[in-house]
Amino acid sequence: MAVAQRTALPAQRGAGWNKLAEKIVAHAFLIVISVIFMVPFFWMVSGSLKTGVDLNAFPVVWFPKTLTLENYIAGLQVFPFARYLFNTLVICAFSMLGAALSSSFVAYGLSRIEWRWRTPLFVVILSTMMIPFYVTMVPLFTMFRAIGWTDTYLPLIVPHFFGVPFYIFLLRQFFLSIPREMSESARMDGANELVIYWRIILPLAKPALAAVALFQFLTSWNDLLGPLIYLSDADSYTLSLGLTFFRSEYSSQFGPLMAASTVVVIPVIVVFFFAQRTFIQGITLTGVKG
Amino acid sequence: MTATSAPSTRAGTRSSTRRSARTPQQRRNFFWGLVFTSPAIIGLLWFTAYPVLVSLYYSFTSATMMKPAEWLGLGNYESLGSDSAFWNSLGNTLYYIVVSVPLGIAVALFLAILLNLNVRGQSIYRVIFYLPAIVPLVASAVVWLYVFNPQYGVLNTVLGWFGITGPGWLASPEWAMPALIIFSTWGAGNLMIILLAGLQDVPQDLHDQAKVDGAGVFRRFRHVSLPFLSPHLLFALVTGLIAGFQFFTPVFVLTNGTGGPAGKTLVSGLYLYQNAFQFFKVGYASAIAWVLFIIVGLGTALVFRLVGRRVYYGGA
Repeated sequence: MAVAQRTALPAQRGAGWNKLAEKIVAHAFLIVISVIFMVPFFWMVSGSLKTGVDLNAFPVVWFPKTLTLENYIAGLQVFPFARYLFNTLVICAFSMLGAALSSSFVAYGLSRIEWRWRTPLFVVILSTMMIPFYVTMVPLFTMFRAIGWTDTYLPLIVPHFFGVPFYIFLLRQFFLSIPREMSESARMDGANELVIYWRIILPLAKPALAAVALFQFLTSWNDLLGPLIYLSDADSYTLSLGLTFFRSEYSSQFGPLMAASTVVVIPVIVVFFFAQRTFIQGITLTGVKG
Repeated sequence: MTATSAPSTRAGTRSSTRRSARTPQQRRNFFWGLVFTSPAIIGLLWFTAYPVLVSLYYSFTSATMMKPAEWLGLGNYESLGSDSAFWNSLGNTLYYIVVSVPLGIAVALFLAILLNLNVRGQSIYRVIFYLPAIVPLVASAVVWLYVFNPQYGVLNTVLGWFGITGPGWLASPEWAMPALIIFSTWGAGNLMIILLAGLQDVPQDLHDQAKVDGAGVFRRFRHVSLPFLSPHLLFALVTGLIAGFQFFTPVFVLTNGTGGPAGKTLVSGLYLYQNAFQFFKVGYASAIAWVLFIIVGLGTALVFRLVGRRVYYGGA
């Protein structure tokens, strides 16, 4: 940081120079940092396409001369990508549905209806975000085991059907910005709250709901601790969990490891590129404005 | 905040009469309010209140995964006092937090400032900086294993260009934790977006005015942008502290769940996991959870005490 300021300072002499120097320095930094940020991804893809000789070559081979798919073939023989992908998608889909439905439902009650408990309840819900996961982790596990839910996806899905505080916060903000008149006129026509929620508010909240769904997709896709605790049958593993065990068994074989990682990373990058705008809006929307 | 219902009339109704005496409108609202928030109320009781109370109870017992609980009083907490692995894990966690939180904020802030300069190709840079934060942690951790490889890794190759012989990173007791911190900093994108949102709220005319008055880049940042960013920075500090205590996935993947080498990366989250799910000492693990919870609570209170009053909540 200090470097950037020092190099930018002399440019104050003229307004034109100032602008130009600022731009040049900024671009130089942006490009260098971009390269640093992208190197691991490049390394992952190139590593996955390298032959054994190139992988262990010294000095390092940046651009492999011969490209090979053998790592993918070897990796996918022990790493049942299709099955893990399916498992992960099932968990993601139900969690997204549950989180978006229940959180918007609760947020409606905390923003569009005026009743005595709405502010205290909102404060309580928000403050539960402060409780670290590790405090509830062990009792949740013993409870889910007692009701026979371990080795199923239920512990990873069902809690999302009871409202997620962060999403409730986000959707409540959004609902508060919808003018009162929108629901008032429907109420005059005799619509009850359920109808107003479903027919008026939800359609208007599509961008916020999309942001919630995306957040939940990434959270479920990336989750390791949950599947690690609850899933012990190898057939029910998620991608993250499968990759972890793959890593501990094949820790010295970088080729197949990189191939498996590439296969896990690529779908997320594709989703992100298509949903980038919604996603970044979702984050800035939640803001932390004082 | 959002207390829109008139307080005077409400207070009057509440003190003198009961719910039944309210207007039909109020009764209907109360009914629908409860209906809509019922999932959260049930969830709160089922997935938060109940496990929190059970965890507190477990922490005073000898419960294991197989054996029912037997009351120990403060026994678990006393054992923690003389458990060197616990103190080691706490020390490692503090080391991680003290270095990674300020470093992460500094890097995120630097990136946010760069992205706020209105240069060409901004959206491409934004995606590039943000990408590491959204990629599955497990997968990127696996990739960084290869980056950190002392012989065939990118990092030591690049250091070699500058005549530096890189350390053994994850294989070396002194450099394993710095390696984890480097990996975490690479994923500072989430924080960057939040700080960028804050920077974009800074009124441009304030900036222009300061420029006319001859304030340089540094002084403009210090006196114009920084006050507007202070709530975001406080948020970053507090969430960084809380997340730091829960640091788990990268250590689990990069050290193969061991917290090695020589226990130098055994952080509290991992030690807690080991106790609960490898040694099956549920009671002991719960005591660790509560000690951590109390430390996090005190730490957060301290941050608010020290930093909170310097925070400027702009126009709003």
